[in-house]
Amino acid sequence: MNSSSFEPRLVGFLCTWCSYTGADLAGTARMTYPPNVRIIRVMCSGRVDPQFVLKAFEEGADGVLISGCHLGDCHYQEGNYKALRRHRLLARVLEQYGIEKERFRLEWVSASEGVKFQKVCDEFTERIRALGPLNHNGHGGAAHE
Amino acid sequence: MSDSKPKVAFYWCSSCGGCEESIVDLGADILKVVAAVDIVYWPVALDFKKKDLEAMPDGSIAVSFINGGIRMSEQEEMAHLLRRKSGLVVAHGACAHLGGIPGLANFWTKSAIFDTVYHKTFSTANPSKAEPLAKSMVDGHELTLPEFWDTVKPLDAVIDVDYYLPGCAPHRDLILNAVTAILEGKLPPKGAVLSPNTSCCDDCDRNETKPEKLTVKEIKRPYEVLLDPKTCFLAQGVICLGPATRGGCGERCIHGNMPCRGCMGPTDQVRDQGAKFLSAFASILEAKDEAEVDRLVDTIVDPAGTFYRFSLPSSILKRKKMEVVR
Ligand code: SF4
Ligand code: SF4
Ligand code: SF4
Ligand code: FES
Repeated sequence: MNSSSFEPRLVGFLCTWCSYTGADLAGTARMTYPPNVRIIRVMCSGRVDPQFVLKAFEEGADGVLISGCHLGDCHYQEGNYKALRRHRLLARVLEQYGIEKERFRLEWVSASEGVKFQKVCDEFTERIRALGPLNHNGHGGAAHE
Repeated sequence: MSDSKPKVAFYWCSSCGGCEESIVDLGADILKVVAAVDIVYWPVALDFKKKDLEAMPDGSIAVSFINGGIRMSEQEEMAHLLRRKSGLVVAHGACAHLGGIPGLANFWTKSAIFDTVYHKTFSTANPSKAEPLAKSMVDGHELTLPEFWDTVKPLDAVIDVDYYLPGCAPHRDLILNAVTAILEGKLPPKGAVLSPNTSCCDDCDRNETKPEKLTVKEIKRPYEVLLDPKTCFLAQGVICLGPATRGGCGERCIHGNMPCRGCMGPTDQVRDQGAKFLSAFASILEAKDEAEVDRLVDTIVDPAGTFYRFSLPSSILKRKKMEVVR
């Protein structure tokens, strides 16, 4: 597959209070951005179990985004701090699995930051497009030889 | 030998021999087991050959206990053969259950392992650069060896497994309970792990020393601190996989003043033990800004190897990504 025909498959876990609302704003304001991020709404970035991220990569995601309220603004107070710590630790573990850390991104997007959400999607899609497909499982991920 | 006694087989695949030892460690109780069953196949201890096993009618062995993961072609072949001959198959020990310690090789590939073992180690003299081959010709004869694979798999990735006896190696009480349950026909539903579905922390004497709000400011390895023999390891800043590990092991490490490394695998509710521990551990780290979080997590030596010490081949991602040769 050459990189020009490659459309990254990205999964985005967005907290409902800030980032999902921010994404909604980008939509209602008719901002254009690449449609590659498949959005999954969660109550809080702290609700994203690292198993969800691994599952996404296993099922063929080329990149995973977690987005929540800015630090200090989480509606459950501590959720995004937990998300931050899990993200940094999981990113290191993913590197040991051979998954580049650029493929796993954490962003803070507030309810009013539609423009920022647009920028995150643009940048993330282009970054992963340049990196190419991951195919952790598709190409001999669990094969014998 | 009476024909009415149930027939039992023991076999080892990619293992260290410790699980075989766990049967011998039953001590005097092994005599009760031997009295109640006919051991029809046990290569480590008794002189049976593969052809003896092949000659047995399909399904004639009541239960086969198989330890070790699947790393070579011969192990997969034997697992299939035992499966065909047996009514029940029990994955015996962490290696068969989850992949175990040898499964950490899934962070590497066959070529990297061969390169180290046959060429790079200090003690290796291999001027002809020979490596084991599945087939080779010597003096006009074709010789074969089992194929060595890139990936270690848990037993249930190659055959249907009825029960799992967890632990590295399984505690004797768990083995005896399993044998008794099989002999008495009092087995839980198929697929069960034969140990309570509680966490290691639930069984731990140190659990009550966990502070109300447990936090970790600095992460230490066991050799770096004088470990208090009564206090929760996490409260001492030492990684202990107890919260993400199934109970029933007898808390052998904790009683030896060493933290839990996770050999019993996850509880029924958890798919990926390493990720679950990572989640719990990250949440108690005392770090509020990005730089401090980075600093703290960088002090964990080999996080993936620590969190997946026994379970990498059965984790969601199973192995390091293979480079695709195009
Ligand atoms: S589970 Fe532990 S004792 Fe059993 S074979 Fe594997 S490494 Fe050895
Ligand atoms: S974390 Fe370890 S030491 Fe602490 S209660 Fe759990 S098993 Fe015991
Ligand atoms: S304490 Fe942990 S590592 Fe030790 S035997 Fe029990 S489950 Fe296994
Ligand atoms: S509610 Fe948005 S990060 Fe917690």
